[in-house]
Amino acid sequence: MDGKLDWLAAGLPTEGMNAERPRAGTVARGDVPTCRLDEPVGEVRERVRAARWDACVAVNDERVVLGLLREAELDRDGGEPIERAMRPGPSTFRPHVPIVEMARFMVAHDLPTSPITSSDGRLIGVLRREDAVRAADQLHDDEVRNKEETH
Amino acid sequence: MPQQIHDRREVKALMDSGAQIVEVLPREEFEEDHLPGAIHLPLRKIESEARRRLDANRPIVVYCWDSA
Repeated sequence: MDGKLDWLAAGLPTEGMNAERPRAGTVARGDVPTCRLDEPVGEVRERVRAARWDACVAVNDERVVLGLLREAELDRDGGEPIERAMRPGPSTFRPHVPIVEMARFMVAHDLPTSPITSSDGRLIGVLRREDAVRAADQLHDDEVRNKEETH
Repeated sequence: MPQQIHDRREVKALMDSGAQIVEVLPREEFEEDHLPGAIHLPLRKIESEARRRLDANRPIVVYCWDSA
């Protein structure tokens, strides 16, 4: 183990103040649709829409993230393979990142979704900006309330 | 005999078998996040407190922030 950072980045359990606070890995949705590189966009698009999602993550057999498809990519020609349509090598985030930090980053960079992966690149889930902002706001409200109750 | 461990699964196995897990980072960092059951023993206090606080008859795993 290469230190605490490696443990955190793998999404393993911890103790301490941050363990009780929401993080990228706890707020991310694990039910995000995934697809293979050789699948045609049309088939993936149908699957994504049926699951009521607007994003899909391209992964390999070990669930390592290879690419990301949002609305624009999913709207491409149905016969095109995922490998050509996707955004390759998307920016990913580790599960231990505090949700407040994620919310700020996603708002500042106008990211609707962000893949959350372990330190070896395996998909844990996709964090949606609205979920990150909501969780960050809730955390703030809870902490304000706790402070008021102790005074 | 001290040895370096790079595999977190090995750390987990040692934890499960009763090893003492020691974090040497400052208190504030320890209180934010630490491995389950970890003992806080900052680096500057290792020499003066390790013998008193740790059991020499059990394995001891010491960790920092990263391997740098």
